[in-house]
Amino acid sequence: MGWETFLQHVLNGMQLGSFLALIAVGYTMVYGVLLLINFAHGDVFMVGAYGGMFIGLFLLGAYDMHLPFGLPAWTILPLTILLTMVVTSAVGVTIERVAYRPLRRKGANRLYLVITALMFGLLLEHANLAVLGARDRQFPDLFAKRTFDLGGVSVTNVRILVIVISFVAMGLVGYLVQRTRWGMAMRAISYDRLAAPLMGISVDRVIVGTFVVGACLAALAGVMYGTAFPILRYDMGLLVGWQAFIAAVLGGIGSIRGAVVGGYLLGFIQVLVVASPLPSTFRDLITFSILMAILVLRPTGLFGVARRTKV
Amino acid sequence: MKGTGIRMLIGGVVALTVVPAWIGLYNNYVQFLITLIGINVILAASLNLINGYMGEFSVGHAAFMGVGAYTCSLLTVWLLTQDAVFGAPVLAPALSLVIFPATLVIGGVAAAVFSLLVAVPSFRTRGDYLAIITLAVNFIFKSMVENIGSIGGPRGFMGMGSVISAMNRILPAPWLMIWTLLASILTLYVIHNFVNSTLGKGVVAIRDDEIAAEVMTVDTRRLKMIVFLLGCGLAGVAGGLHAHLLGFINPASYFILQSVMVLVMVYLGGMGSLSGSVVSAIGFTLLLEFLRPMGVVRWVAIPLLLILLMLFRPTGLMGDRELPDVFPRLRRYFPSPEDTLMEEAGVEA
Repeated sequence: MGWETFLQHVLNGMQLGSFLALIAVGYTMVYGVLLLINFAHGDVFMVGAYGGMFIGLFLLGAYDMHLPFGLPAWTILPLTILLTMVVTSAVGVTIERVAYRPLRRKGANRLYLVITALMFGLLLEHANLAVLGARDRQFPDLFAKRTFDLGGVSVTNVRILVIVISFVAMGLVGYLVQRTRWGMAMRAISYDRLAAPLMGISVDRVIVGTFVVGACLAALAGVMYGTAFPILRYDMGLLVGWQAFIAAVLGGIGSIRGAVVGGYLLGFIQVLVVASPLPSTFRDLITFSILMAILVLRPTGLFGVARRTKV
Repeated sequence: MKGTGIRMLIGGVVALTVVPAWIGLYNNYVQFLITLIGINVILAASLNLINGYMGEFSVGHAAFMGVGAYTCSLLTVWLLTQDAVFGAPVLAPALSLVIFPATLVIGGVAAAVFSLLVAVPSFRTRGDYLAIITLAVNFIFKSMVENIGSIGGPRGFMGMGSVISAMNRILPAPWLMIWTLLASILTLYVIHNFVNSTLGKGVVAIRDDEIAAEVMTVDTRRLKMIVFLLGCGLAGVAGGLHAHLLGFINPASYFILQSVMVLVMVYLGGMGSLSGSVVSAIGFTLLLEFLRPMGVVRWVAIPLLLILLMLFRPTGLMGDRELPDVFPRLRRYFPSPEDTLMEEAGVEA
C-alpha cells in the first residue's frame, strides 16, 4: 500500500468516523443523564437525513410550492442544516415527552423504557416505509461538489466539509457540556440523580435539552451523510444508527469524549477491513468481534468509568 | 381436586389442536398458525427466564434461535434427505421420527454452546453490557452465516420440507405440531419448576438485589450462566422447529426484528410471569396475523399499540403475577407452590 492509498483510507475513515461520532454523542449523552439506551436515536438520524432531503429540495426550489425569492447558493446548506435540526429536535423532544417522561414518572422499570425506545425506532422506520415507500431516495446536491487532486490523493470538498463541521460541532458540544451552567447541570444529574434537583436544577428541562442537543447532532449527521452518500434508504437508521451505538459503547457509554474516539476508531476499523484483502462482507463480523474483544478486556469501554454500587 | 387443572389444560390444548389437525379439520394455514404459536410460547418463556426472572436484558434471542435453526436443519437435511449440497441421505428416512427430535435437542445444545461465547464475557459485569453484547451477537451471527457460502450464505438454506414429508410417509400425522406442543409444554414445565426450585429462587433474588443474593450464598455468576444457557438452549430448540415449519431459512430472518418480536412478547406479558408470556405469545402471534392485510402499516400499528400499552400499563399485561393470582378462582385448579406447601403443613388458605 503506497502512502497515497493510505492517506486516502485515512480520509475515508475520518469521514465515516465523523458520522458515527456525531450520532454516538447523542446516544451517550442520553445514557449519561438517564441511564437509558435510547434505541430510537438511530432513527432520529434517519429522520434527519430524510428531513434534510425534503428541506433541501424545497430550498432549491424543486417543488411547485417554493419561496417567492431565490436564495444565494451559499445559504442553502446552513439553512437546510438549521431547519433539519428543528425537525429532529421536535421528533426527539416528542419522544421524550410522550413516552419516556410519563414512564419515568410512573417509576417503570428501566427495561420498559428501553423497549419503548426500540418501539419508537421501529415506528419511525416503518412509518417512513409506509409513507414514502421502499424506493431509495436521492439526496440533492446542496452545494457544488468539487474534487481536488493533492499529489495522488483525491479529496472532495464534501469530505473536508464533513470532517471540519463535525470537529466544530463536537467542539461546541464539549464547550456546552464543560463550560456552561446548563452543561454543569447535566453533569450534576449524571453524577447524582437524586441530589441534583435539591440543588435547584430542573431535571426535566435539562433532559429535554439533552435530547435537543442529541437530535441536532443527528440532524447534522443526517444532512452531511446525505451529501456524502446521496442514496437514502428507509432502514439507514438501523444500518448506521446501530454502528454508532456500538461506537458509543466502544468509547465507554456515558462519556462524550469516549463516543467521539469510539466513532473515529470504528470508522477506521471499518475502512481498514474494506481496504484489506478480506471480502468486504466480513465488515460486520470483524467490527462486532472487535467490540466483543474490547468489552472482554475493558468492560466499561475505553473511557468509561465503572459506576460504583453502594450497598 | 386440586392440581387437576394442568392435566385438564394440556388435554384441552391437545383436543383443540392435534386431534382436529390429525383428522383433517384444520387446513394448512391453521396448522401453521398453531405451530407458530407454540414456537413463540417457547421463545417468550425462555427469554422471560433471562429478562424477566433474572432481570438481565438480552436482545439476542434471534441469534440463538438461528443457531438452533441452522444446526437442526443442516443435520436433518444431511441425515435424512436427498439434497444438492449433501447428496444422498446418510440414514434411512424411516428413522426420521427418531432423528428429528434428536436433532432438535442437538440444535438446542448448539445454541447453548454458542451462548457461552456471550455468557463468559458479559457476566463479569452487570447492567447494560449483556444488552450490548447480545446486540452484537445478532450482527455476528448474521454476518457469519452470510459468509459461509456452502450453506447458502445470504441466499438461505432449504430442504427441510422433505424431512417433514418423510415423517408423514411413515405415519400421516401433524408431526411438527405434535413436537412443537411437546416442546412448549416441556419448556413451561422446566422453567416453572426451575424458578420454584431452591436453585431457581436465587434467580429472582439476583433480579431483586444481586449483592444481597451474593451475601445470601447464591453463586450469582454460576447461576446466571445456568439460566442463560438454559434460556438460549430452549431458543435453539424453538429455532429448529421454526426452520422446519418454514421449510426455508436465511440469516436475515434471525436478525434484530425477530429478537425485538420476542422481547415484545415477554414485556407485553409481563416480566417474570410465565402465564403472561404464554398469553402474550398467543395474543401477539394472532394479532400479527390479523393485521397482515394492513401490509407495511402493520409495523407502524404494532409499535404504536405497544407504546400505548407501555404508557397505560407499564408492567405489561400481567406484571410479575401468574394467571391464578389475577383470577383467584383458578387457584382451586392451579395451586401455586406456596399453596401446596401450606396444604402439606395443614394450613387452611
